[in-house]
Amino acid sequence: MTGTASQAYDAIRALEYRYARLLDEDRLEEWPNLFVERGVYKVIPRENLDRQPALPIFFCDSQAMMMDRVKSLREANVYNLHYSRHVVSNIEILSARDGIFEVAACYTVYQTDLEGQTRLFSVGQYRDVIANGAGELRFQEKIAVCDTFNIPNLLAIPL
Amino acid sequence: MSHEAPAVASPSFAGPSRDGSRVPFELFTRADVFAREQEAIFRGPVWNYVALEAELPEPCDFKTSFVGDTPIIVSRAEDGSLHAFVNRCAHRGATVQRQACGNARQHRCVYHQWAYNARGELVGVPYRRGVPGMGGYAADFDPKAHGLARLQVASHKGVIFASFSADTAPLEDYLDEPLIAAIDRLFSRPVKVLGHMRQRVRGNWKLYSENTRDPYHAALLHGFHATFGLYRTNQKRKGGSDRARAHSTGVTFGDDWRQASQSGNIGQDKFVTNYSLAAPSLLEGRPDFNDGVTVSITSIFPCLVIQQIMNTLATRHIRPKAADEFELYWTYFGYQDDDEQMTACRLKQANLVGPAGLISMEDSEAIELIQRAIVRDGREDSFLEFGGLHADLDQDRQGEATIRAFWRYYAGLMGLA
Repeated sequence: MTGTASQAYDAIRALEYRYARLLDEDRLEEWPNLFVERGVYKVIPRENLDRQPALPIFFCDSQAMMMDRVKSLREANVYNLHYSRHVVSNIEILSARDGIFEVAACYTVYQTDLEGQTRLFSVGQYRDVIANGAGELRFQEKIAVCDTFNIPNLLAIPL
Repeated sequence: MSHEAPAVASPSFAGPSRDGSRVPFELFTRADVFAREQEAIFRGPVWNYVALEAELPEPCDFKTSFVGDTPIIVSRAEDGSLHAFVNRCAHRGATVQRQACGNARQHRCVYHQWAYNARGELVGVPYRRGVPGMGGYAADFDPKAHGLARLQVASHKGVIFASFSADTAPLEDYLDEPLIAAIDRLFSRPVKVLGHMRQRVRGNWKLYSENTRDPYHAALLHGFHATFGLYRTNQKRKGGSDRARAHSTGVTFGDDWRQASQSGNIGQDKFVTNYSLAAPSLLEGRPDFNDGVTVSITSIFPCLVIQQIMNTLATRHIRPKAADEFELYWTYFGYQDDDEQMTACRLKQANLVGPAGLISMEDSEAIELIQRAIVRDGREDSFLEFGGLHADLDQDRQGEATIRAFWRYYAGLMGLA
């Protein structure tokens, strides 16, 4: 691997890890900043991939829409009290062209309730488009395809 | 000594009070209650929703589904007729069809390769005549006696129901007029399935039946509308029920939501804020109907909810798994003549409903909160007197009369009345 490619990989991995950490530290308000302004975030149940366009259960097509979702989670929604833990692995750059990277990764999300009991909440794949602009990497698109498409109870915090 | 039919053991569990206003918690927790429900309700004289015809449009299309907790296959035969049969091999009881949906002229059990056609009839038995020195069935073996167990099937406007019982009233009588009108309204044009959503809820299935017959909780539990200035408690409501009071349907006539947000919010204090959506494109749709109805919720006993919330259209199939667990299976649809813009709008509004729904995610949490707390004191009751004890469902668009009616109907089927 050339130095440049290795640097790109390190930067992409850092973005993925930062994404996971912000969610796990309940810094939801910072989550939209990891996307470009017209960034897309979707959660798609794996069984819906057969149909195009695939039906998402969570869908934002701008930072503004992500901020609405966060505002709703903070002010309006009632959901199971828990801590989340996002684990990102198997990060792989599938293509790189003109500063735009297609990236695949695996995610695992655990939830721990207020009694300290942990369950595997969701496992699946991230399909990301990551853009390099102004010296910073951000998501143009992040699609979480859920293997766990039978959602335990409900999905509040982004995967 | 004569052989007498054994006396039917009276149940060891209590029923709801006669007026349906008191419901013992043990009806939500006990395995023997759940087992009796499978026989008396889901295999009783009811029509169970199983699928939409739009999910199996072509000959030999099939979909696996459930009646109560029994796995079934819903199938369209070569001639277009609809069939439903238990997904359990007549030989040794193995699951026959392992795929969720597909197209198959035959459903073949992997264990010993018994094969069934699209009507559930046995059409293939390996080594039926035996091979030298091995196996085979007797000459009087009759394949007709070894098909998959069949259910009655009826479809109204493409909504497919199945019944184990030959005593079930014809579907249109079972549904009755206001419910037929509610289905006809949403299925007046050919529909197109857009996808599915599923959630696994650690709660009793009847808690969800109550939830969809409960207007009292709507503005109290669900905060999205009020928080973003979209909900007004003076919105006009109208409802209806069948003669037997098993089902319920209700509509809300909405203001234009964007106008509502400008004219001030008089929702619950808890949620009164000055927020508005930074991305109002979420709610930009165009009406599917010209009747001014923005929300329509129809609950058909025992396991179906049909919804229209703005431009979101879905069936919700309640699939009981155990006394303390059910799956909620959403089939999300649009119309075949939707243009690209309308489909995009429906996909975006899918944010509102389902397991991550901005206006619906609270329901399953409320149900789990109940199930977690009713582990003991089974003879203590759930209390359902909001709006008074009258039984006039038409007057009671905010009260609990519809839930009480559900419990009276339930008690009748369960032999608890």
